Amino acid sequence: MSDPLLSIRDLVTQFDTADGTVRAVDGVSYDVYPGETVGVVGESGSGKSVTVMSVLGLIPEPPGRIADGQVLLEGRDLLTLSDAEFRDVRGKDIAMIFQDPMTSLNPVLTVGSQIAEAIEVHRSHLSDDAIRKRVIELLELVGVPNADDRFDQYPHEYSGGMRQRAMIAMAIANEPKILIADEPTTALDVTIQAQVLNVLQTAQDETNAGTILITHDLGVIAEMADRVVVMYGGRVVETGTVDEIFHSPKHPYTLGLLSSLPRPDADLERLEPIPGQPPSLINLPSGCAFHPRCRMGNDRQRCRFETPERIDLDAGRSTACHYYEEMDAEIQRVQDATGAEISTEDEDA
Amino acid sequence: MTDPTPRHDTSTSDPEEPPPGGVLAESDEQVAAYSDGSEIAARSQWQLFRRKFFRHKLAMGSLVYLAIVVVAAINAETVAPYAYDDINVVMRGTAPTFEEMHFFGTDQLGRDYFSRVLFGARTSLSVAWIVAVVVGVIGTTVGAIAGFYRGWVDAALMRMTDLVIIFPALAVLLVFAALFGQGRPTRIGIILGLLLWPTLARIVRGVFLSLREKEFVQAARACGAGDLRIMFRHMIPNTIGPIVVNMTLVMAAAIIIEATLAFLGFGVNPPTPALGRLMDEGRSSMQTQWWLIVMPGMALVSIALAVNFIGDGLRDALDPTQQEK
Amino acid sequence: MLNYALRRFLISIPIIVVATFLIFWAISLTGDPLQDLRQQPNITTEQIERVRENRGLDEPFYVQYAVWVQQIPTGGFGEYLLSPRPIAPDLQRVVIHTLQLVIAAEVLAFIVAVALGTLSATRQYSVFDYSTTTLSFIGYSMPSFWFALILQVIVVQIFELTGVRLLPLANLSSPNPGTGLAFVWDRALHLVLPVMSLAIFSVASYSRYMRASMLEVVGSDYIRTARAKGLKEGTITRRHAMRNALIPTVTVAALSFGTLLSGAIVVETVFGLDGMGRYFIQMLGRRDPYPIMGWLVITSVVVLMFNLIADLVYGYLDPRIRYD
Repeated sequence: MSDPLLSIRDLVTQFDTADGTVRAVDGVSYDVYPGETVGVVGESGSGKSVTVMSVLGLIPEPPGRIADGQVLLEGRDLLTLSDAEFRDVRGKDIAMIFQDPMTSLNPVLTVGSQIAEAIEVHRSHLSDDAIRKRVIELLELVGVPNADDRFDQYPHEYSGGMRQRAMIAMAIANEPKILIADEPTTALDVTIQAQVLNVLQTAQDETNAGTILITHDLGVIAEMADRVVVMYGGRVVETGTVDEIFHSPKHPYTLGLLSSLPRPDADLERLEPIPGQPPSLINLPSGCAFHPRCRMGNDRQRCRFETPERIDLDAGRSTACHYYEEMDAEIQRVQDATGAEISTEDEDA
Repeated sequence: MTDPTPRHDTSTSDPEEPPPGGVLAESDEQVAAYSDGSEIAARSQWQLFRRKFFRHKLAMGSLVYLAIVVVAAINAETVAPYAYDDINVVMRGTAPTFEEMHFFGTDQLGRDYFSRVLFGARTSLSVAWIVAVVVGVIGTTVGAIAGFYRGWVDAALMRMTDLVIIFPALAVLLVFAALFGQGRPTRIGIILGLLLWPTLARIVRGVFLSLREKEFVQAARACGAGDLRIMFRHMIPNTIGPIVVNMTLVMAAAIIIEATLAFLGFGVNPPTPALGRLMDEGRSSMQTQWWLIVMPGMALVSIALAVNFIGDGLRDALDPTQQEK
Repeated sequence: MLNYALRRFLISIPIIVVATFLIFWAISLTGDPLQDLRQQPNITTEQIERVRENRGLDEPFYVQYAVWVQQIPTGGFGEYLLSPRPIAPDLQRVVIHTLQLVIAAEVLAFIVAVALGTLSATRQYSVFDYSTTTLSFIGYSMPSFWFALILQVIVVQIFELTGVRLLPLANLSSPNPGTGLAFVWDRALHLVLPVMSLAIFSVASYSRYMRASMLEVVGSDYIRTARAKGLKEGTITRRHAMRNALIPTVTVAALSFGTLLSGAIVVETVFGLDGMGRYFIQMLGRRDPYPIMGWLVITSVVVLMFNLIADLVYGYLDPRIRYD
């Protein structure tokens, strides 16, 4: 493959809390190549959102702090930039679409002016008319009807799906190199979700941006992503292509995610959900953070005390499990137990 | 964004069992380093409250200060170096000095100003205390009834609070104080209490309205608990926080209003000293005898400030959304 | 909009009626309003009897009240109890004076408070934030008459030390205020100390609200969106945060207008200003219910007017609000 567009290297982001320092992101690395979509999956608290907020320099300090690592955009480390230089990158080279379109737009400003602002701040030489024309183009591109009238409306006059379209228009306004979408459809009605994903696909095709798509919905991943990063307890536990992740997971957590999906071809009782709760970052389990919930580890000493490092299996394929070689047997066991094929893609769509 | 706030999770129940022997030999260190992520100490509401309040330095300092002032005021007869009406013509208009213990100086008649201020503070504090009791009883009762039963009590309460918005409160207070209030501190206190309770009632009403729909109240009702039992056992305890915080605000306000009434000539009757009247009397010679207004003013401000700081500390400590720093 | 204003006003009429009735009743409970008159040696018994008859003082108090209410639409606020002078001209004069004082204080307090609250919130936990917080607590805990007295002492002490007559200490105008701009300037100078004394409590109170709502706004999602666009912090505060944070602050400021009128009672007394507050205290001393009731009616109308203005501002700030 060519050089990565964005490369996150050993990123560590901490938060100071009353009960001590929390490592919300602990040594996370992954790459994004031009034009591809990287899906990031994980439960809440897995650090997937904090990672991208760190990339955008939007971690509130204090209590947050990026303690270590690099974020390389075309080879340039963003974490060494001054505030002013970072502002130039935000919204221009890297743009973000947030989870909740209901609260992500300023209620007292018109939608059009908020998109226009995104263009204006990075291209001050454009005239107001030119900017307005561009905003209307963008609104049309993301499928907002009557864009000319809609420009002057306020967010409360937009529906949830329309607002998310507007957010996408805002994000692609400057044709960013990297587009980050943080749970872009979670807050929307199921019927609207597919439409918005289509718009997102269109937007990406239009800009050829490398995209990071954060979601806990494996269906969205199967639909949209080229490669997948699985996160747990602030760490990356597995990476691979969509096929690899869905057909032959190399980490028991990934397998757990897959086998806890309800599917039409299996009884509900035969689901095998991951036992227990997502870990609390304040008191992460020692060793492998997943070990208290792992069906495969059997409480082995190594899992309890030794933190598994990333093991590279292939280019872009890695796992962080001491016993990943046992995964084939484990997959077999789960398939026998639930009676369903892990890994056929249509079941997730 | 992922919420970085730690989860206080105590649900995992596995007792910590000794790690079974395995491939790796265990050292003590390893045992000590082991964690399955389930041990987070549970803190009770009360512990959390105490911890947050004691950390609030201003509130703690204010509490100590106020305690000293209250004790001194209660025992004013023994604490004060002079009686508040002892006239000493020789010492007329003395500036604050340690000589003969005129810490706050003397007034135009040579009366010891420290003693007068202390007795004045006693008036302020007793008025504040009476106001708090009256407001607490009426406000909680009316608010509870309005929030629990709705109906005409609720409607009347809402109209009453509208009244407060439309008319300047001091004007209404002045009318009633002028007509009925002049006399002993008790009387002023009751008048103020009778006029200041609607705010508290409104707060209690609001909390009750939301508590009414809560599961534990529904559950108590389903168990056949009577209205009174539900109110006293289940709802009032959950309202204590806002009530206490509002009472501190009311007490601070009462102290200032009492002083203002006294300053305007509508407060307690002479000879009972009141801080407001001390300042009214001192006004004519304040340009040469600054202590006549500065000392009672400082006493007044420091007491009101202490009460407000305590209220702030209580509010912070009771607010579950407030992050500890 | 007009509809809305009218409705707000009509809703308030019963409240005003009930309140004036209660005041009238309370005053009638406290005994003979002519008591003071009787004690004056130069007034004959016949004069007192004439007043008693003219004002219907032998009637029950509710009849007296009804008489008073009936004459409001035609006769203004009637006459003083003890002298046949109309009340309205006096009320009009003092209302104009007090409005100058109170509006100046409200505007000043609002501007200062918005600035302090915003700076405090954007520099949370800084020295500036702690200082303003502490100062606002002191502002809360300080009776305005005391602050006014201290200001007077300071101005006089400055005069004694330097010989500079900084500001007038009392009254609304100099003996010969002049006309036109000279008059306005003279009035403005006379109002500096009263306005400061009156504004201090409001500054303390509004700045707390502004700080709290700024903190809430600053943590909201659309501020993060603005940041993700690459906007400067200053632009984010001005364009995105402040406008949202102003909405609750405007409401609080408008609802506190009555509090300012309360403060005016005290401040006008200290500075000897010929305004509503001092007038009120004088009438209260005379136990004359008629000017007091007129005062309450006027006050409530003024307060309602300002609430209405606040509603307009509110509608301008928040596009989600529509009146119909």
